[in-house]
Amino acid sequence: MILVWLIAILMAGGVLAWISGKVNRTLPRWIALAAVLAVFGMMLYLWLSNPIPVLGSAWLIQFDQPWIPQWGISFSLALDGLSLLMLLLTFFLGLLAVLISWREIQNKVAFFHFNLLWVLAGITGVFLTMDLFLFYFFWEVMLIPMYFIIGIWGHENRRYAAYKFFLFTQASGLLMLLAILGLYFIHGSQTGVYTFSYFELLNTTLAPEAARLLMFGFLAAFLVKLPVVPFHSWLPDAHSEAPTAGSVILAGLLLKTGAYGLLRFVLPLFPTATVEFAPWAMLLGVIGIIYGAILAFSQTDLKRLVAYTSVSHMGFVILGVFAFNEWALQGVVMQMITHGLSTGALFIIAGFLYERLHTRDLRQMGGFWTTAPKMGVIALVFVMASLGLPGLGNFIAEFLTLVGSWQANNWLTVFATIGLVMATIYSLRIMQKIFFESYQLEVSFPDLNAREMLITIPMVAMILWLGLYPQPFLETARPSIQEQLQAYTKPVSEREELPLKPENMAHVLESKTEASPAKPEDVKPFPNLQIKTP
Amino acid sequence: MGELLWLIPALPFAGALLLVLFGNRVSRALVSAIGVGSVGISAAVTLVLGIQYLSSRPAFIRQEVWQWFDVAGFSPSIAFHLDALSMVFIFVITFVGFLIHIYSTEYMAEDKDYARFFACMNLFVGSMLMLVMADNLLLLYLGWEGVGLCSYLLIGFWYKEPANGYAARKAFIITRVGDTAMAIGLFMLFQHFGTLHIQSISTEAAQVWSIGNETALIIALLLLGGAVGKSGQLPLQTWLPDAMAGPTPVSALIHAATMVTAGVYLIARMHVVFELAPAAMMAVAVIGAVTLLIAGFAALTQYDIKRVLAYSTISQVGYMFLALGVGAWSSGVFHFMIHGFFKALLFLCAGAIILALHHEQDMRKMGGLSKKLPVVFYTFLIGAASLAAFPLVSAGFYSKDQILWLQLAGENGNIWLYLAGLLGAFITSIYTFRMVFLTFYGEEKTHVGHKPTLAITVPLVILAVLSFAGGFIELPHNFGHVVLFSDFLAPILPAVTMVPDFNQYEWMLQLLAAVISLGGIFIAYLFYYKKPELIDSIHRSETTMAIHRFWHSGWGFDQLYDTLFVRPYVYLSKVNKSDFIDSIYTFIANATQGLHQLFARTQTGVMRNYVAGVVVGAIMILTISLLL
Repeated sequence: MILVWLIAILMAGGVLAWISGKVNRTLPRWIALAAVLAVFGMMLYLWLSNPIPVLGSAWLIQFDQPWIPQWGISFSLALDGLSLLMLLLTFFLGLLAVLISWREIQNKVAFFHFNLLWVLAGITGVFLTMDLFLFYFFWEVMLIPMYFIIGIWGHENRRYAAYKFFLFTQASGLLMLLAILGLYFIHGSQTGVYTFSYFELLNTTLAPEAARLLMFGFLAAFLVKLPVVPFHSWLPDAHSEAPTAGSVILAGLLLKTGAYGLLRFVLPLFPTATVEFAPWAMLLGVIGIIYGAILAFSQTDLKRLVAYTSVSHMGFVILGVFAFNEWALQGVVMQMITHGLSTGALFIIAGFLYERLHTRDLRQMGGFWTTAPKMGVIALVFVMASLGLPGLGNFIAEFLTLVGSWQANNWLTVFATIGLVMATIYSLRIMQKIFFESYQLEVSFPDLNAREMLITIPMVAMILWLGLYPQPFLETARPSIQEQLQAYTKPVSEREELPLKPENMAHVLESKTEASPAKPEDVKPFPNLQIKTP
Repeated sequence: MGELLWLIPALPFAGALLLVLFGNRVSRALVSAIGVGSVGISAAVTLVLGIQYLSSRPAFIRQEVWQWFDVAGFSPSIAFHLDALSMVFIFVITFVGFLIHIYSTEYMAEDKDYARFFACMNLFVGSMLMLVMADNLLLLYLGWEGVGLCSYLLIGFWYKEPANGYAARKAFIITRVGDTAMAIGLFMLFQHFGTLHIQSISTEAAQVWSIGNETALIIALLLLGGAVGKSGQLPLQTWLPDAMAGPTPVSALIHAATMVTAGVYLIARMHVVFELAPAAMMAVAVIGAVTLLIAGFAALTQYDIKRVLAYSTISQVGYMFLALGVGAWSSGVFHFMIHGFFKALLFLCAGAIILALHHEQDMRKMGGLSKKLPVVFYTFLIGAASLAAFPLVSAGFYSKDQILWLQLAGENGNIWLYLAGLLGAFITSIYTFRMVFLTFYGEEKTHVGHKPTLAITVPLVILAVLSFAGGFIELPHNFGHVVLFSDFLAPILPAVTMVPDFNQYEWMLQLLAAVISLGGIFIAYLFYYKKPELIDSIHRSETTMAIHRFWHSGWGFDQLYDTLFVRPYVYLSKVNKSDFIDSIYTFIANATQGLHQLFARTQTGVMRNYVAGVVVGAIMILTISLLL
């Protein structure tokens, strides 16, 4: 039930914040803060209480309630270590997003906080849902408020960026919807049980061509979201035009839903097809790492620069996901968390500078170390994080990813490692252009104030913790990663079998247990994608 | 006895943390106390541990502080490993570091970023200690990158000058190229051994691989890539001369005594892997030999006193590589230690001169300082004698002579390596004494402002004593035969296999080395003191001036890399700044809009146009259906 509460609190908080705007201009901020604090507190409590997985599976908490039973749609939520970490990140960054908007957002405050909380609710839903129909629903829930956040509170070119963001995400999302429906009908025609349940659909046996097609449907949504070159071009516009809170959520969380989707859906649903596609996916990752890094170097808009570094860093995610081993996947999970923090922090610093200077143009900055040494130190920490300095979380993430991908593909890993040099080149440019050299603008502005320190200091502490003692996070993620990988650790001949053991799921799926999983030999070969209504 | 081990790196880190947090709010005296004190206590702990270590002589001491992480069997720890090799390095880092910190309190006294300076210096000392004390390669890598960061921050310490920022980034990026190679080496090591624990790798490598194994070769070469980056060896040496943009104590500590020898440490530490790959060993030796010559010639032509010393550092580290390459492990480490003393001394003297002459670094504007700055003069002379390997009385003579001797007497050496080393020694003594004569003799050209006080002179005198006496702990067989140092390292680093029946030539080679060194000094004396007109005549010739310019620019490596890598990269980035992939999507959007406008135009609202359209359409359909 706690899982439903998470979503409900955020959604209700959002509505309440919107209404309360009629009463008072600051009330929505406090309501948003309270709502996010509440869910963050719940999640933290859950993490610290060290829940025990259910019956040898990775799942910690489950909730299952029929929603539209005649179509096999249920309100099914489940939490494992992976989603727990993602939710911790979501609420942590959500908290920061509320705090950084305190001063920045002065226009339509109530509606802004409604959108902010609903994006968070959508993301929470995406990380928890175990029903594919519901998953698609939440996938859309996070899209529309984000569209408003960019389009209403963004910078000069916000309309363009908002449309572009919407079109890219929506078009790729529709492909995923097609794939979800395809999977639904294939599974239904095989077993007679038409259901969107993730656990049931895992048992679907797919012909190679069908699996390939459906996988591409899912990949379309996730690769655009991640993003992978050449589907990345919405990202620089959306990130740079969004208000700071929007950029933090985009970079810190929305991109991670793509990575999460790969881990949760693509790997376990289509083990054979992903193995086939793996070298290409890894290649796309490496291209992303290098292409993003080269483009980041020449950007003159600070937020655009940071946006391209995200393209580069997300390349490591796809490289790691398709390496299919525990090192790489732990690296990917770490990368999701640490990139959320480090890039989020860089966007926050860009926001601080924008509030003071009203520009994002690096050519007009310089020499700010003298004026704002505290900001300089904090920026230095996150610039170093982004170039992968050991001792900070991003290093653990990238090193583990590379160690893992080395086992899978030597040459691609070599090129990905060269990306670390390129990361150095663009990262140092950030420091140089903003904080070093001498003044471009004759300005003097205040250094970070107490609120801003309250935002950044925890982020510094987190990134150091993740770099020096990441074990608690790795432990939390381990069972789910091993579960996602089950299909890949078996010999190739058995790969068609289900990656998740249905008997472990029995207690969740009481009503459906009679629909016994199809064994490969019972199932007729399935030549083509046939779509017919149940 | 190892309980205190963690304190050695932790103290400087704690100092750095305190200075970052409170440095701007407390008095300078307190900043000095924290900055110098933390390294000082660390040195004291080193001394205590060193005495304990020497008295009980365990193979090694290990202390695990905590398990860093554990992913599917990949479980590095934050753990420290103390053996003879790391002992030598820790000793040099903490003691030389301590002296340089004391010196800095005076050198940086006027700087408004006093606290930031000491914070970075402390962070550096901590990271460097981490590097040499790590018991696994991942922790070593942490220190390795940490010193890179501090080097970057300190080269660019005076950040308002864009050139300093450029030098700082250059240093970071070029060393990162080497680090990348090293990282790939670590991936391979992990793949083969399932661990990055140094001792386990060393034990297992010898069992798993036979000599000449191809994997061992690739790994050794990749590690070498990391080593040449940090140690400023060919082909990644170009950052080090520019690194002199930082304050002089930084050059002394980071770019002479400690960080640049990290590569030497890495190779010595991983000697088992290198021994399995003779081709990689040869590569180490050849890189050392070529680097020491190239840097030596470049040093001959520099006018900036710090750049002479920078090139001389590259060249001397080349000697260490030369030693490592022929398997003379302990000789390489011995030269590291002696070099740490005398090069820190020379840099600190240069710093005292620069401070005295209002930040003048050009030797052409110096001169006649022997009277004005006597302590600096005499200590510099001792350092210079050591660098030039002045026979019998300088420490540098013993450390360098051992390296040269083993090129012939060791089994892996050869005559070419020896000749390169010998020629290098000749050049070294020329440029060293060129520096002495230009700076301290002749007429005074710039007025002496600041006279050094105790904070500067005491470290100079201590380092001078070490540069003089340090050599006597290791004397050749034919006189003295003291082997304290190599005995100390013997449990860790194997001895060189000697060519049989070669010992009788040792005195001849020593004589030759002595003559070469004295000959170089004489030439410097002739050209830069006795008959300066000889230099002018050289400068008149177009050919020699062309060579001069070529050497002065560091053999054109900067221009080469600029053309090959920097400019293409910048061009590629600039030309695609607005991301051509985006134009594909823009094209789709524009095409849709264009089609929309095209069809919108047909909607005129005039009835006869619509009728005409219907008729034309009907005729076309009829025609097509008739034709088909």
